[in-house]
Order: sequence, then structure tokens, then C-alpha cells
Amino acid sequence: MAAKTLYDKLWDSHVVHEDADGTCLIYIDRHLVHEVTSPQAFEGLRLAGRKPWRPDTLVANPDHNTPTKDWDKGIEDPISRLQVETLDSNIKETGALVYFPFKHANQGIIHVIGPENGTTLPGMTVVCGDSHTSTHGAFGALAHGIGTSEVEHVMATQTLIAKKSKSLLVKVDGQLGVGVTAKDVALAIIGKIGTAGGNGFAIEFGGEVIRALSMEGRMTICNMAIEAGARAGIIAPDAKTAEYLKGRQYAPKPADWDKAVAYWNTLATDADATFDSVVELKGADIAPQVTWGTSPEQVLPINGRVPDPAQEKDATKRTSIENALKYMGLTANTPIEEIKLDKIFIGSCTNSRIEDLRAAAVVARGKKVASSIKLAMVVPGSGQVKRMAEAEGLDKIFTEAGFEWREPGCSMCLAMNADRLSPGERCASTSNRNFEGRQGQGGRTHLVSPAMAVAAAIAGHFVDVRNI
Amino acid sequence: MKAFTQLKGLACPIDRANIDTDAIIPKQFLKSIKRSGFGPYLFDEWRYKDHGEPGMDCTNRPLNEDFVLNLPRYKGAQVMLARENFGCGSSREHAPWAIEDYGFRVIIAPSYADIFFNNCYKNGMLPIVASHAMVDKLFKECQENVGYSLNVDLPSQTVTLPSGETFGFEINATSKHNLLNGLDEIGLTLLHAEKIKTFEQKHKQNQPWLFA
Repeated sequence: MAAKTLYDKLWDSHVVHEDADGTCLIYIDRHLVHEVTSPQAFEGLRLAGRKPWRPDTLVANPDHNTPTKDWDKGIEDPISRLQVETLDSNIKETGALVYFPFKHANQGIIHVIGPENGTTLPGMTVVCGDSHTSTHGAFGALAHGIGTSEVEHVMATQTLIAKKSKSLLVKVDGQLGVGVTAKDVALAIIGKIGTAGGNGFAIEFGGEVIRALSMEGRMTICNMAIEAGARAGIIAPDAKTAEYLKGRQYAPKPADWDKAVAYWNTLATDADATFDSVVELKGADIAPQVTWGTSPEQVLPINGRVPDPAQEKDATKRTSIENALKYMGLTANTPIEEIKLDKIFIGSCTNSRIEDLRAAAVVARGKKVASSIKLAMVVPGSGQVKRMAEAEGLDKIFTEAGFEWREPGCSMCLAMNADRLSPGERCASTSNRNFEGRQGQGGRTHLVSPAMAVAAAIAGHFVDVRNI
Repeated sequence: MKAFTQLKGLACPIDRANIDTDAIIPKQFLKSIKRSGFGPYLFDEWRYKDHGEPGMDCTNRPLNEDFVLNLPRYKGAQVMLARENFGCGSSREHAPWAIEDYGFRVIIAPSYADIFFNNCYKNGMLPIVASHAMVDKLFKECQENVGYSLNVDLPSQTVTLPSGETFGFEINATSKHNLLNGLDEIGLTLLHAEKIKTFEQKHKQNQPWLFA
């Protein structure tokens, strides 16, 4: 039998039908649903008189519109409230394996609650009307974002129409330095291959650095595969994966456990399999990263300086740099460490899990947020993360340092709720996109790791977390 | 889905690389539970000088007159010229909904983000990949000539420039067939319902924990 990559194995084990031109019907095992990209899909089903094929594959919860404070007041914005209530009524009608409505103790960001409840498993296909579905690839699942028409298609048929992507291996060998995290690895990869570097590819992340990461760190890496242009990022499951899943509510039951793990152990790229493309990085070369522009590829090590468009020969890139500097209110050649912040956001499906909060708390302990910072907030990824953090006393560390400790949700990653930047405000954010207006119209976003965000909160400007 | 066969339409050049779907349709408009009505908010933050909110009447909003969509010469454009990695970022199908609702049916760019590219086909839109050299040429000619129109023909997979020059484009056979006939993909897939059920049975035997 021909040698296969992990991606080949995941793909081949889900092909239901293949057309002559290579277009396939792929069976979908898990369908995550949130309030923003699903209402039109449910409406489409209703209009056509169709029912979901397997409601027991649905895991749903509202996260984008939900407020992160004053939950007793409900959702004040009537349009947001209607969207959340629409999800309630749609799920009530169709049923689901898991549904955590607004204010449920386990509600959270869909990409956090999926794994933490054991609904994301190795070998699965996972889709969601959300580009950060790539997160679930950390478990050795083929997971990617889809559009709303595809959400409807998956609900109606349990399949997705897809063509196989090319394969890209991103190998990070060696070891990371102290203070360098999965987020820095993800940003360094994007800095190297660009935001279009992964277009048309499924990325497998491998190498010693990836193997050494916790499941939380692996989720951070796969989460940002989409920022490198790849719909899916995958990491082969191993003992750590099984250890993470064991005992979680929807993980395989004891009777199936050994059989499941035996199957998961086959989910690795064969030694003699080849990739369409390979990119290699060395862990030791990666410093804490900070984005300076309006695309995640506009990223530099903390000791870098904002680029000078005059030094760029390519006209399109020069224009991009000029546009970004103008929007970001930055001057060429400014040291990254001299950039002052207004707000700090720790949260999002990239960096709101317990390990992220622990890493942030280590830096925050006994310190104070600089007086020049208008708002520093920590938004846990889910109710479970929040309770775990509180049990460890992390909330106290944050509030004593001057951070606000909020309720879970997507929050200021995309600012669909009330948490947002005002025009011109500059934010150190642990989220995934520094696009224009992403955190609020005119807002300026710098992407960093949780530890770097806290360090910046304390200093009032970016600093190298390795020096504190 | 709307069928697409042939279109002769005015081209409009959006000259910027890596345009993300947040720029195409900002997040506040995603609160809608409808599929239509996004056209007036297409590129909202670049197009208007004020802050847009869902439901706003856009007819009297202050326009950013420098933004290309606001130039009178591009009024009624149906073919969008774009740069590399168009539609990157969020998977929001509201982006193609907004582009289509505005009146565009065709996009021509050197490359697209994968999810956006797929989403276009689901909405009767044709995203064409052209070479960098051809896209540069189209931008230049379009900017230099008022009323610059392109003739896009899906059956022959060609685009004809005003000069009569023609270039071809690739599209996979399934997408082409569905687009030409405006077919309901769900209906087509359900023709394979027995095959899906057979697969499901085997899948359940192999991995029963996925069906618990």
C-alpha cells in the first residue's frame, strides 16, 4: 500500500463518493454551530422542508454576540439578542448532542467547548461555519471552516462537497526558549510563509517543538493555520492527546476506549510518505512575536523595528506597508518596544484556555497594570475554564493587578458584542486577526502571546517577556 | 441558486492585496439572520465616512469619495478586479452575499482564500483566477478607460477584453455544471443518500464511539 500522510488517511477514511473530476462527498462526524453563521442555514432547511441528517453530531452554543459582563441584564442589543434567541429556537426544533445556551455554566467559545467536552476526537471530520475550526486539528481531526450554504448542506446530508487539498508539512524542530510560546511559533510560521502561504494546502505541523507542546498549545497553532491561508491544520494524535481526552463527557466510554486509542495510534504520517511542500523552522530561532501591521504576516520579533516602506522593492508590498503604517499610526523604524498601548485583551479561541491564563497569571502576579492603560481584560474561553482558573486563584491575581475578569465569549477578538476599541485606540491582543477594524472601527491591533500581553499591560508598552 | 452562463459587465478595480472578509463586510452586519440586504454595507468602513450599523439607511450617509466604488464611472459594475489572496480571514458567507447583493457576479484575481472561493460558487458567482500579468493588465486598462467592460463566458471558460483579446480560465467540471444550471447542491447530494447511509453503517462499525 502506498505510504500516506495523516491528511491522506483522514481524507480517505471519509470519502463517500468521488466524481470524475475529483470532487468528493466527504462524511462529516462533528458539526459545531454558533449563532452568527447558522440562522440562514436553518431557514434554508425549513424552506426546503428538510431535516438535519444527524442532529446527534451537532454541538452548539452562542459565543460571538454574548456580553462578557452584567449577565443579569441579558443581551442589550436587540439585533444581537434576536440572533442568539434564533439559535435557541433552531436547536430546540432540531435537537443537538450538546447545547449550552447563553448563561449556561459550560457556555463558551465554540472552539474551546468542543475539545473540553470531548466532542472533538482524533480521526474525525469537524466543520463549523467559522474559519477557526482549524483549531480542532490539534487532535488529529480533519477540521475546517465552511460557509453558511455548506452549513446547510452538512446539516441536510451529513456530507460536504470538497476537493482534496495539497499537503504542506511545517516542521519546527529543536526547542523553544523560555518565554516563547505556541502563539509565537504560529506567528513566526505566518511571518515566514505569509497569509496566502497555505492557500490550497492542508498543513500538518510536526517536529520536536510541536510534539513537546501541550494540547492547549497545539490548539493555538492549529487555530492560526487559517491565518496562514490553510483551511485545515493537523497535528498527529499521541499519548498526550489520549490523556487529555480520557474521562471527558463525550470521549469514548471505557468499553470503547482501548479500541479508539488503538485506532488513533494509526493516525500518523507514514515514514516514507511525501508532502507537496515542506517548510522548516528552528525553535531556538523564534523570539516572542508582535504584529505591527494589519495582516498577521506583518509580524516581527520583539526586538525588531517597524519596517520602512522605502526599503521594499516590490510595489504591491510597499503599498501594503504604507497602508498598514498609516492605519496603525506608526512611523517607520520605530522599535517595537517603544509602541505604547491603550488596551489589553487576553482571550479568544486562540488564547483563552487554562494554560494561556496560567501563563498570563505568572507574569501578572504581584504586578500592576500601568496607569496609562485604559482597560485590561481577561476573557476566559468557557465556563469550565473560568471555574478552573478561579479554583486556582488566577482571577485574584488578575484583578489585583488591575485586569477585569470577565464572563466567557469571543468578546473583543471581533467586537460583535459591546467589547471593542474606539477609533485610534491601540491594543495588545492575544487574538488571531489584526485586520483593519477587526476589534472596532479604527482600532489598532497588535497580536501577541498571553505572557507578552500581560508584560505590555504592566509596562504600558511592548517589552520582551524574556527579560522579566 | 442563480444560474450563471455569460455576462458582459463594467469592471471595477479594487486595488489592494489580501483584502479580508472583515473589510468586505464588517462584523456588526453579521448580526442579521437574513441572507439578503448586505449590498449597501459592502466595504462599509472604506466606503462611508461615518460608522455603519445594521438597518441604517445608506442613501444619505457621508461617502468617502476617494474609494473606488464611489466613483461615478464605476456605478453599476458587475465584474470586480481584485488582487492576491482576496477574501482571506473569516469564513463569513456574508462577504459573497454582500458582493452579490451590490451587483457583482464575477471576480477576477490572481488568487483567493479557499473558503471565500467556495462560498462564491454557492451563490451563483464566478471567481476567476487569472495570471498576475493578466490581472495587472486588466487593472491598468480599466483605470485608463472609462466604461471598461469585460465579456465573461462560462461555457467556453473565456474572458474577452474590449480590445478583443481573450484569456481562458480553469473551473472544475462539477462547479461549472452546477453554476451553468443553477442547481441545488443539496438536492444533488441527496441523490447519493443510499451511498451516504452505506458509508455511515461501515463507519459506525469501525468507530462506534462516533455514534454514541
